[in-house]
Amino acid sequence: MREITNRALDTARTRGATYADVRVVRRLEESIDVKSGTLAGVSTNESEGFGVRVLVDGAWGFAASHVLTAAEADRVAAQAVRIARASATAIRRPTVLDGRPPAHGRFETPVSEDPFAVPLEDKIADLLAADAAMRRVDGIAFTDSTYGAQREWKTFAATDGSYTEQVITHVGSGIEANAVDGDELQRRSFPDAGGGWQGAGYEHIRALGLTDNAERVATEAVQLLSAPMLPPGRRTIVVHPSQLYLQIHESCGHPTELDRVFGTEASYAGTSFLTTDKLGAGFHYGSELIDIVADATAPGGMGTFGWDDEGVAAQAVPLVQAGILTGYLTSRETAPRIGRESGGAMRADGWNRIPLIRMTNINLLPKPGMSFDQIVADTDDGLLLAHNRSWSIDDRRLNFQFATELAWEIKGGVIGQLYRNATYTGITPEFWGSCDAVGDASSYVMVGTPNCGKGEPSQIGHVGHACSGARFRNVQVGVMK
Amino acid sequence: MRTGGTPAERLAIAETVLRHAEAAGATEAEVLVDAEDAALTRFANSEIHQNVAEANVRVSLRFVRGKRVGVAATGRTDEAALRRLAETAGRISDLVEETADWTGLPEPGPIHLVESAFAEGTATASPELRAEGVRAVIAAADAAGVTAYGSFATTIETVAIASSRGIRSAEARTSSQLITVSMGPENGTGYAEAAAVDATTIDAAALGREAAETARRAAWPAALEPGDYPVVLAEYAVVDILDMLGYLGFSALAVEEGRSFYESGKRIGSDLVTIRDDARDPAGLPASFDYEGVASEPVTLVEAGICRDLVWDSATAARAGRRSTGHGLPAPNPYGPFPLHAQMTAGTTPRADLVRGLKRGLYVTRFHYTNPVHPKLAVITGMTRDGTFLVEDGEIVGPVRNLRYTMSYLDALAGVEAVSSERRLLKGFLGGVLVPAVRLSSWRFTGATGSD
Repeated sequence: MREITNRALDTARTRGATYADVRVVRRLEESIDVKSGTLAGVSTNESEGFGVRVLVDGAWGFAASHVLTAAEADRVAAQAVRIARASATAIRRPTVLDGRPPAHGRFETPVSEDPFAVPLEDKIADLLAADAAMRRVDGIAFTDSTYGAQREWKTFAATDGSYTEQVITHVGSGIEANAVDGDELQRRSFPDAGGGWQGAGYEHIRALGLTDNAERVATEAVQLLSAPMLPPGRRTIVVHPSQLYLQIHESCGHPTELDRVFGTEASYAGTSFLTTDKLGAGFHYGSELIDIVADATAPGGMGTFGWDDEGVAAQAVPLVQAGILTGYLTSRETAPRIGRESGGAMRADGWNRIPLIRMTNINLLPKPGMSFDQIVADTDDGLLLAHNRSWSIDDRRLNFQFATELAWEIKGGVIGQLYRNATYTGITPEFWGSCDAVGDASSYVMVGTPNCGKGEPSQIGHVGHACSGARFRNVQVGVMK
Repeated sequence: MRTGGTPAERLAIAETVLRHAEAAGATEAEVLVDAEDAALTRFANSEIHQNVAEANVRVSLRFVRGKRVGVAATGRTDEAALRRLAETAGRISDLVEETADWTGLPEPGPIHLVESAFAEGTATASPELRAEGVRAVIAAADAAGVTAYGSFATTIETVAIASSRGIRSAEARTSSQLITVSMGPENGTGYAEAAAVDATTIDAAALGREAAETARRAAWPAALEPGDYPVVLAEYAVVDILDMLGYLGFSALAVEEGRSFYESGKRIGSDLVTIRDDARDPAGLPASFDYEGVASEPVTLVEAGICRDLVWDSATAARAGRRSTGHGLPAPNPYGPFPLHAQMTAGTTPRADLVRGLKRGLYVTRFHYTNPVHPKLAVITGMTRDGTFLVEDGEIVGPVRNLRYTMSYLDALAGVEAVSSERRLLKGFLGGVLVPAVRLSSWRFTGATGSD
């Protein structure tokens, strides 16, 4: 490995790079898909290659290849330098990096039961059992059950002498029951559409309890077909962690990405309302109950690592404290522009992609006082919303609309009527400002998002969100065509 | 720069894996080699901030033993990795249950390569060429007093498929895309995009001028009450309708599973709505065959508003007792076939006359972050973006703030009043999409952002 990294760095330096780094990544993936009781697919995928990032005349260049030879390292490094020189013909602000110390060491995701060592037939049997339990419920039209595991061996080296090695393992699994009646299609998923993911081993899959929850989930899908539509209105909503994590992801995680704030995502996913003039100015992102931290050290998170892809050590960065904006997700290039050092949020989707600012684990911290169930019991008139069904947010991360699979009426603190096709919508700081209760640590859970899209060429990120559920007042619900 | 090898070289890798699979006891096998040389130059704040290139390859094997099917893939092409690929796929096939309705891998058929799928101008595109295009966009933005953002991408995809049934399909395809967002003072933003097989045919300066002009006109957007408005949708917005309907409903698997709005003979659009998929159309981003090596056939999905057919891959076609239309995606594919080359037939109304026919309504440049709210009714929510304008008496009278909509795309098609005679080639979810601009009788806007 050293031969490849040394050759790439030497060639980049010789060709004129003032800084260069190289990542050599091997990724192993395994997936199982069961559709309606039939094993629809079992696949493995391995990918290996390296990417070289260089700074020449203050401009970036990046090139990558799947051919792991010294000669290819020379070619790719030279190509990266040539690309950087082309970039330099159209820059206005030469890139300046912060002065982090060289990184050295090794990190490995703690894993109790290696998911790649568990026999494939056992994993298939676990998934088929959960799927069968859903299908025993009358009225289910089709089911989908999935399992996935990903492991990356990543070596990072840079011209400042940094050299780190990491082995990062993520696993996830989930079930979905679908009921159909005429034009109505109702899905219930568990623990989440797309599966419940963590940075962990197969012990996480065993703890999910897919089979134990399968009958309940399928029954709810059928019940939803005959449930009334959620009437429109302004309501108090109690948002379960199975939905709240995505609210955090879309309306706090993305808008605090400092590259997005500076416009580098403008042509694709948009910009951010959290402009840097709001930092240090007491900007009220939410109510005083809102404490949000980007924590790359959180156990079980898919945004947990030893070092980011610029060699910055994992750390916890406060984003919102007592409702006030206090920080951003940053890189070595963007942090100096707000007078800070990188918070270590740069990650790339494999060897062939350049690192971008990505969420780590964006966590809404629990508040002592009421458990999630006590918040429900404390609500006179409201709705309990759970399990995401769809999501959308505008290009500045202000105007959002979510749909949930489940919406239960709360009257006098008691859960009652079930509604279908529930939606809620709002404006980010108004919504978080309306929060008057956050659950305590008893319902605080880490949820993984394995499909966070960003960048061009498109990159899929694995990020985490821990939260305990919360209550919001006067929220518009029931938006349908 | 082309490092991914020729189609013949990629086919040779597929043949090697096929031999390993047969040696490992496969009764049938199919190998897909998909190599890509891709480069992208990205710019923001009127400067290049990201500039990347990659050479990548994926070798995928569908290994069949009787009626048991195992799939494995690798990104390595050395002999040891290819042998291990066959062993892994074979091991998986031993573990899975029989596919009860397995009728075998697709049979070979004649493949007539679409020559226009490949352009040397893209294959030899350099970082300097992309930087030149970016500088032209920036110059147009500078001239208009706005700031330019966007990307210029070039790709060579070399696809080779070999199967034990005798399929030998291989070709190289090129594509390129330039997108730009202009941002002006006072919240004015604009957008322009073009896709082409040949990167040298993209007029970067013209795209820069188009986006900059929209941004300039979009400054000082006014608040507008949500509600139902007639609209003119630019081509950039129409892409989303075709993409979403393709994703939700035009797949044979979606119909099989009961999650599609589609019923043969059902009216879902006005007489002006005809939607096809034609991978061989040289006006698009052509592909001669799908990822199963089956020749791509043109399919009429909607004709004069009436549902006519779906896209099929080998599995869905076999279950229905018909032939694949050549719309298979790489295995394993739980999503089913997909219309990668959708197009809406042009109408007879000159583009400029679409707005002239609007008494009072909105002109929408594009949509943002759309997602299904009710899949079977194709109810979608999303936001407008990069130029939303109020139209009165056939004239654009001023910009309005972005609006949220929650709208059935089927209702949208039913309300199509006019279709432009011009079309643009744009990139959709996965492939090239040919779209006109349209005028619709009503669009339901359900929310607004209070301030920008």
